[in-house]
Amino acid sequence: MNDFDVTVIRQNWQFLAEGLALSALLVAVSVLGGVVLGALLALSRLSRLPLLPALVAGYVTVMRTLPLVLVLFWFYFLGPFLLGHPIGSLTAALIAFVLFEAAFYCEIIRAGIQSVRPGQAQAALATGMTHAQAMRLVVLPTALRAMVPLLLNQVIIVFQDTSLVYVVTLRDFMTAASIIASRDSRPIEMYSLVALVYLAICFTASRLVAALWKPAPR
Amino acid sequence: MNYRWNWGILLQDPYFGWLWSGLGWTVLIGLASWALALLVGTVAGIARTLPSRLVRALATIYVELFRNIPPLVQLFLWFFVFPELLPDELGLWVKRDLPFPEFTTSAVGIGLFMGARVAEQVSAAIRAVSLRLMPAALATGLRPLQAYRFILLPLGLRAIIGPLTSELLITIKISSLALTIGVLEITAQSRHVENYTFQGFEAFSVATAVYLLLGLAATVVMRGIARQIKPL
Repeated sequence: MNDFDVTVIRQNWQFLAEGLALSALLVAVSVLGGVVLGALLALSRLSRLPLLPALVAGYVTVMRTLPLVLVLFWFYFLGPFLLGHPIGSLTAALIAFVLFEAAFYCEIIRAGIQSVRPGQAQAALATGMTHAQAMRLVVLPTALRAMVPLLLNQVIIVFQDTSLVYVVTLRDFMTAASIIASRDSRPIEMYSLVALVYLAICFTASRLVAALWKPAPR
Repeated sequence: MNYRWNWGILLQDPYFGWLWSGLGWTVLIGLASWALALLVGTVAGIARTLPSRLVRALATIYVELFRNIPPLVQLFLWFFVFPELLPDELGLWVKRDLPFPEFTTSAVGIGLFMGARVAEQVSAAIRAVSLRLMPAALATGLRPLQAYRFILLPLGLRAIIGPLTSELLITIKISSLALTIGVLEITAQSRHVENYTFQGFEAFSVATAVYLLLGLAATVVMRGIARQIKPL
């Protein structure tokens, strides 16, 4: 501990920055894919179609019960069987992340829609709107206000989750740092840096979310 | 691609033994870190509601620090960095003589991460009941400590059995992170079996079933507790 060496960070900053860029890519794709697929899942779960709501509920429960590490292992293994040809580790990780995070986004979106009092939708229907119109013009705008802080907090959780691609040796920020840590025997410097960077980003982001979205008066 | 199914492989030596011991480690890490998380989380959660500004600040620092660093990074800090920061003899003891070093580190690391999450639930629960009940409790002549013991904690903790169930499920899930520092728990062992036999479907199905069953068991146990201590 007597020789905390910052030069190892300076010498490798480009390698670390590339890692952070991959982390950002993973977050962007997981969040976009997760929200779109999650919204579809939530709407299917709330629909009155036969069987579909139960299937979606089962999917969401299973995904939420499994560790992300295991889901990553599954898709590394399954990738070639699903697509018929070998896939890169990045593709496999992206598929795993989107399918995994979609389950969490589905629950946030579903809870948001259900937080709108049923009287609102009934009133909309009574004015002659169709179900789709009532959903789009009355329920969703209100539901969205309730969901936004939760959706944004989930982005922070996804960012923390991306560190797990370490187990499949994709070179995200965490993995890049651990590669340097073992190559240059500098675990203290590297892991402290990683912790500080995650702490700074996640703390600032969660404070921003809390400050920008005060709970709406009911 | 063709796949040759072979479910029998799961019962063969040594694969059955690997998976069985993996299940054992998953359960052990889950239980140990959950016990620590409940203990630390309750203490820190109460601390966040106390009048002393210093105590509140310390508890808040703990919660923010441990919630905003990914648990994987925390495990690495405990495993690779923490022993180096200790005084020489103690650091050496941690590195050489700590019993079951990988297991102990995982249980402590995951326990303290989950403790920060539990603390959030506990302090929110106490705040929710104390607004109305603290003045009432004090008015009946209870001292603040007694008010916590007899009124705020029993009522507050009852109200968060539901959220605590989710936290327990998360604890079981992230016990899988222990594989990164060398604990061969169920996820690690299923990967191990896949690497040796190429029977990935079978191996990962076992791990999947283990997590589903453990999740179900945890939910049933927590529901049983909730029924025992029915909210008023």
